[in-house]
Parts: sequence; C-alpha cells; structure tokens
Amino acid sequence: MNFFATIGRVTLAAFQQIGQLSLFIVSSVTGLLRPPIYWRLIGQQVLRIGYYSLPVVGLTAFFTGGVLALQIYIGSDRYGAEAFVPQIVVLGITRELGPVIAGLMVAGRVAAAIAAELGTMRVTEQIDALTTLSTNPIKYLVVPRLVASVLTLPLLVAIADSIGVFGGYIVATKSLGFNGYVYLKNSVDFVTNEDVYSGLIKAAVFGFIIALMGCYNGFNSKGGAQGVGAATTNAVVTASILILAANYVLTSVIFTR
Amino acid sequence: MTKQTSTAKVELRGVKKRFGNKVVLDGVDLKLEHGQSLVVIGGSGTGKSVMIKCVLGIIRPDEGEIYVDGKEVTRLSGRARDAMLKKFGMLFQAAALFDSLPVWENVAFGLIQGRGMGRKQAREIAVETLGKVGLGPEVAKLSPAELSGGMQKRVGLARAIASDPEIIFFDEPTTGLDPIMADVINDLIVSTVDRLGVSALSITHDMVSARKIADRIAMLYQGKIVWDGPTEEIDKSGNEYVEQFIHGRAEGPIKMEVRK
Ligand SMILES: Nc1ncnc2c1ncn2[C@@H]1O[C@H](COP(=O)(O)OP(=O)(O)OP(=O)(O)O)[C@@H](O)[C@H]1O
Ligand SMILES: [Mg+2]
Repeated sequence: MNFFATIGRVTLAAFQQIGQLSLFIVSSVTGLLRPPIYWRLIGQQVLRIGYYSLPVVGLTAFFTGGVLALQIYIGSDRYGAEAFVPQIVVLGITRELGPVIAGLMVAGRVAAAIAAELGTMRVTEQIDALTTLSTNPIKYLVVPRLVASVLTLPLLVAIADSIGVFGGYIVATKSLGFNGYVYLKNSVDFVTNEDVYSGLIKAAVFGFIIALMGCYNGFNSKGGAQGVGAATTNAVVTASILILAANYVLTSVIFTR
Repeated sequence: MTKQTSTAKVELRGVKKRFGNKVVLDGVDLKLEHGQSLVVIGGSGTGKSVMIKCVLGIIRPDEGEIYVDGKEVTRLSGRARDAMLKKFGMLFQAAALFDSLPVWENVAFGLIQGRGMGRKQAREIAVETLGKVGLGPEVAKLSPAELSGGMQKRVGLARAIASDPEIIFFDEPTTGLDPIMADVINDLIVSTVDRLGVSALSITHDMVSARKIADRIAMLYQGKIVWDGPTEEIDKSGNEYVEQFIHGRAEGPIKMEVRK
C-alpha cells in the first residue's frame, strides 16, 4: 500500500511542479510584453551573463576543439581518412560541441549565480519588499535575466565556435603536421550556414533554459541558507539536464526534415 | 444578501491562516481608521507579522476578508494589486533591504520605480528622508551590508516613508535600537501620522514605544484579537492577557511553551 501511496505522492508533486513552472513561464512572457521594461537591468545582466562568461567558454571551447582534432586524427588512422580532420572538427563544433559546451559551462556559472541571488532575496524578504514598493518582481528580476541570457548565449556560442575551430587548427598544425592554409580552407569550404545557424538557435534555447531554471529555483526557494543551497544545486542540475534533452530534440527537428 | 462595506482605512474580517496543522490566525477582526495610529502587541510567534503580510497580499489568508478604503482586496492580483499597494509603505521586521543597491537607491526605490521620478531628484529626497531617521548623507552611498542592524532598520523605515504613502505598516520599528534612537523613531512615527491622512499600523513588543505612538492598541493572542481599545485605557483594560503582557510577568494566563 505504502508503495502506491509513494508513487501517487511523487506523481502529484511532479504535476504540481510542472504546473507551477508553466505559470512561471506564462507570467514571465507576459511580463516581457508589457511595459515597463528595465533596459538598465537588461544591460547589467548582458554584462554579467555574457561578458564575464567569455573566459570560461573560450577556454573550454579551445581545449574541446583541440582534443576533437586529436581524437579524429587517431581514430581515422584506421581508415586512412586523416585528411578529414578539419571538416569533422568544424562540423562537430558548430553543430554540437560549441552550443552544448558553452551551454553547460554557462549553466554552471550563471544558473547557479541567479538561483543563489534570487534565493537569498526570497528568504530575506527582498522579493516581498519589491511588491510593496509597487514593483513586479517578475518584471524587475526575471525578465531582464531571461532577455539577457537569450540574447547573449548565441553570441557566446559564435565566439566558442571560432575558438573551438582555432583549437583544432592549433593542434592539427603544431602536432599533426597539417598545413595551416589548407586546414582553414577545408574548414571554411565545408561548413554551411545551416551548421552555424542550427548551433545559434540551440544556443538561444539553452539561454532561455539557463535563466529560467536559475530564476524559477531561486524564486521558489524556502527556508534559510540551506534552502538557497538546494535551489542553487537544483538550478544547475535541471538546467544541465534540460539543455542535453533539448539538444537532442532540436537536433532531430533541425536535421531530419 | 449584500456584503456590508467597510468605512475604515483598513479592515480585517475573520481572517484565518494556517501553516500545515499550525493555526496562526484564527479569525482576526481589526480596524485601522483613517488617520489613526494603531499598535498591535502580542507575544513572539503569535502571528503579528503574518497578519500584516496578509493585508499586503504577501501571504494569502485561508478565510476572511480584507478591505482597504472600503474595497475588498483579499484576492486581488496583477495590476489591481499593484495599484492597491501604491497606498502602502512597509517596514519589514528584518528590514529586507536590497543588498545589490546602495542605501540611497533603497530609500528612493519607490520613487524611481513606482512613481517614475528622475534619479537625481529621488536621490535628494532619499538623503533628506535619511536625515529624518538620524542618518547622515555619508551613509547614502554605502551598501546595506556595511550598516549595523539598527542602521539597517532605520534605512528600512526611511524606505517605507519616502514615497509618502497613505498607509504605513511598521513591523517592530524600535527593536534593536538604543533607547534614545528608539525615542527619535517614536517621534518620527508620531509626526508622520500627524501629517494629514496617514494611517499607521505598528507592531511592537516595546510598551514604552506603544504608549507613545498609539492612539489605539490591540492585542493578538492565539490567533485572535483579545483586546482592542484606546491607549489611555490599556492600564485599566481588565483583561488578564493584556495585564500580563504589559507588566511582563511570566505567571498568568499566557503560558510560554518552555520546558522546565
Ligand atoms: N512562511 C511560513 N511558513 C510556515 N510557518 C510560518 C511562516 N511564516 C510564519 N510562520 C509561523 O507563524 C507563526 C507566526 O509568525 P509571525 O512571524 O507572524 O510571528 P510574530 O507574531 O511576528 O512574532 P515576532 O514578534 O517574534 O516577530 C510562527 O509560529 C511561525 O512559525
Ligand atoms: Mg514578527
């Protein structure tokens, strides 16, 4: 009996979460459509989410591009297909690894920071104080973060793509004996607009997921320091899982038409 | 059957609230008249803060109605609620200052965001309001984390009064202040209420402060208002709960839940 009761409780809790999250999304979107829009805050968040993520995203993209080139070289040795390293690197980076790596890194950095900040504001009653000062907390706190995140993630990914390809180029020319000019020409000739755009669309979706999970978990945190800690962990974990799931869905939608 | 409307500035009728099994408010009836200063006293954890959060819609009551200026506001949301809240100023018990903003922007917040006032003018008003709570202009650019507890409380107070609200709620305005500063704040509350039209509801444990600022005192005990009357009558209330509370006796009908 207890077993079924547990299943029931878990199912109910899951549906409640989904309902609550849907309401949260609806009020965020309506908050976006109605004035006032806080441009100053959007600017601040672009700086925080985008600019300060550059070093992390750049470094991970560089090493990912490098290791990709190395693995493809070693692996394709068995078929004598080493010459395809630049094409496969550019495809892998723009379509998958650029957006996913950048998405996951920013999820770790930004979703956590947002959840911790809003969570602390929740438990210290700052969010309640906002409403008593006739300011809608969704508009003031959530909308700027969502907008900034959706706008900056594609930019970050565009940069990650370039640095990733550059990482592959460095490894290929310095240790695998490729000719630099030929490598770059092969990369550029091979990659299509669709490869790049698909990655940027993914990035925008990931940006939405990151800010949404940070805000939602922070907004609904309870208790004190422990509650904020739990909200932060949840934000990063749910954002990362949703990014990987959304990546699969988007890939199948974009590339299997 | 038509519902009786309310003539008071703020009125609570039969407000109930429970958290899980714990009944906190069990049918609170309370009126704050126009231009009046009402003080609610009551033991720690009796639900005083919960009560004012119900009026502001921060906590949804389970039952009962709340009226502001004769209009029922119990289940308002969205823009109607924003408009209703424009009438209010609120000092939170723990100040609840925005720690990402400097002190002056905290105080000016309602003016800038709520009223759309320019930042420069709002800053001047903020500095002036800080002066009223005994804080100099050098405090204005500090961050709330750099202030002492009592200073934070006073900034919270300045934030609550800066945009000239019609109704002000003070949750323990003098807790954590030294006796002299507490008296300055009492005077400030009295003079704020004396200005035409402002109605104030304060919560306090401090009987000295209550006697000084209140026109009327109400006592909350076990989720209900057990006594409500003019300040002059508090010493002859004939109510044993009030008697015990104002004299601070451990013996009496109010039992503190401490294990000996
Ligand atoms: N969000 C909440 N969730 C669960 N219980 C709560 C919540 N807020 C308040 N309570 C409970 O309601 C009761 C009343 O709390 P409240 O903060 O109103 O007390 P208070 O009268 O203001 O006390 P104090 O004078 O110490 O500030 C407490 O027992 C508290 O445990
Ligand atoms: Mg309280």
